[in-house]
Amino acid sequence: MEQVRAFDLRAIPLRDVNSALHAPDLSGEFVISHPDGAHSVAVGMDAAVKVTVDGHVGYYAAGMNQQAEIVINGNAGTGVAENMMSGSVWVKGDASQSAGASAHGGVLVVEGNAAARCGISMKGIDIVIGGNVGHMSAFMAQAGRLVIRGDAGEALGDSIYEARIYVRGEVASLGADCIAKEMTREHHQELEHLLKAAGFEGDDTSTYTRYGSARSLYHFHVDNAGSY
Amino acid sequence: MCGIVGLHLRNPELYPRLGELLTGMLCEMGNRGSDSAGVALYGDPIWSPPGRGGVSVVDVSDDAQVVVAAVSGRLGHDVDIVTVDDTYLLSADVDSAVLLDAVKAAYPRALIAGFGADMAVLKGVGHPRTLTSAWDLTRAQGWQGVGHTRMATESAVTPAGCHPYTVGPEQCMVHNGSFANHATIRRQLLSAGIDFDSENDTEVGARFIAKQLADGRDVESALKELCATFDGFYTLLVSNRDSFAVVRDAIACKPAVIAETADWVAVGSEYRALAGLPGVGKAAIWEPEPEVIYAWNR
Repeated sequence: MEQVRAFDLRAIPLRDVNSALHAPDLSGEFVISHPDGAHSVAVGMDAAVKVTVDGHVGYYAAGMNQQAEIVINGNAGTGVAENMMSGSVWVKGDASQSAGASAHGGVLVVEGNAAARCGISMKGIDIVIGGNVGHMSAFMAQAGRLVIRGDAGEALGDSIYEARIYVRGEVASLGADCIAKEMTREHHQELEHLLKAAGFEGDDTSTYTRYGSARSLYHFHVDNAGSY
Repeated sequence: MCGIVGLHLRNPELYPRLGELLTGMLCEMGNRGSDSAGVALYGDPIWSPPGRGGVSVVDVSDDAQVVVAAVSGRLGHDVDIVTVDDTYLLSADVDSAVLLDAVKAAYPRALIAGFGADMAVLKGVGHPRTLTSAWDLTRAQGWQGVGHTRMATESAVTPAGCHPYTVGPEQCMVHNGSFANHATIRRQLLSAGIDFDSENDTEVGARFIAKQLADGRDVESALKELCATFDGFYTLLVSNRDSFAVVRDAIACKPAVIAETADWVAVGSEYRALAGLPGVGKAAIWEPEPEVIYAWNR
C-alpha cells in the first residue's frame, strides 16, 4: 500500500504543494492540512489520486480538476471545482458562490449549502448540493445535471440551454426560459443514480421537480423583429 | 477588491487582544488592495479615555501642542491629545459633538476621521502592515474594531479617500465594492446642506446613512434605505459604539463571511481573515444573504 503524503500549508508554501501535485506520473494519496482559507488549493490536478484537504479553503479550490478525487473537510470559497473536467470534488461543509462554474465533467458534491450562481455556465458536470443554493444558480447552464436537495434562490436556470436541474425544496423564482418539466422514468433513474453517488440514498425521487429549458430563446422570434 | 474586517468581542477576557486580533485580520486582507487602510477601535483606554468626548483628526500639519492650545482655547476646557502616526486623537470632558465643533472651528479644513466616546479612528495611505505597525495596533485593547484595506477605484489615494468613514457619533462605515450613482446622490445631499471631504463613493454612502440616522431612522432601516437608493456592488459594515451591522447588495458579488462563537462575532471579506481567531474551528460560519441586514449588539 502506498504511503499517504502529508503537506502542512503552515510549513510549506502553497505553490510548492501544488507543484508537487503536478508531478508527472503522480500516484498515491495526499493530505493537505491547515489551508486556513488559502486560494487555489489543489488546482490543476491531472492524476487519478486522492487528495484530502483538512480545513476551510478560499477561492477556486480544486479548479480545473482532471481525474483526481478531492475531498475538502470544511467550507469552500468562491468557484470551487470551477472548470473541472473529470474526477470528483467533495465539500463536506458549505460552498460560496459559483461552485462548479463552467465545469465540463466530473462530480461536485457539497454536503451543505452553496451560495449564488452555483453551476453557472456548467457544461457537463454533475453537481449535487445537500442543502440550498443561492440566486442565479445554473445561469446559462449548457449541459450536465444539478441536484438541489433543499431550496433554490431567485432566477434559477436563467437562460438555460440543455442542463437538467432537480430540486426537492422551494424555488424562489425561475429565470428566463426555465420551466418545470415532467419526471419520466428515465429522470427518476438518473436522479436516483446521482443521489446515490453523492451519498444521499433514500431520498424519494418523487419529491423532486425537474427543471429545464423551454427552448424559446433558441431561435429568433419574428414577433420581436420590431425590437431590433 | 478591497478587504473589510470587523470583530465584536463578547468575552471580556479577549479585550486586551483586540488590537492583535484585528491586526492579523486586516493584514491577511492586504492582498485584496493595499494602497490605504484604516481602523475604528472601540474601548481602548489610551486612545479613547473612558467617559470623555473624543475626536480623531488626520493630517493636521500643526504640532500636537499647538493643536491642543488652539482647540482648548475655543472649547474653554482642557484637551488631551494622543499622537498616533499621522492621526491626532483628541479628548475632553465634554460631549464629542461639542469637541468636534471646537476642532472644526480651529481647523476648518481638518479631515475628521471620526468622533464619539470610546472610539478612535486611524487611517492613512500605505500597506496595512506598515500602517498597523506605525500605529502599534497590536497593543490596542477594546471590545470592538472594524478595519478596511483599500484598492482605490472611485477616488484618489489620499487620507480623505481612506475608510472608515464617520457616519455619526461613535459610528463608522467600511465598504467593499463601488457605488455607481454616487455623483447623483452626492448632489442631492449637497443641496440638503451636507459637506463632503472627498470625491469618494463610500463617503456618499456614509453621509447618506448619517442623514438617515439624523432624521430619526435606526441603523437597520437606514441600511434598507441605502439598498433602495444606491446602485452598485457592496458589502458594508456599519459600526456603532455597542454594535455592528453587515449588509450585502442584491447581487451579492462582493464577498463576506461571518463567524460567530460564544466569545466573539467576526466579519471578513474572506474566511482567511478569520482563520487566526481563537476558537474559529468551532465557530458557526456562514455567508450573509443579499439585502439581509445582520446586526449584533453588546
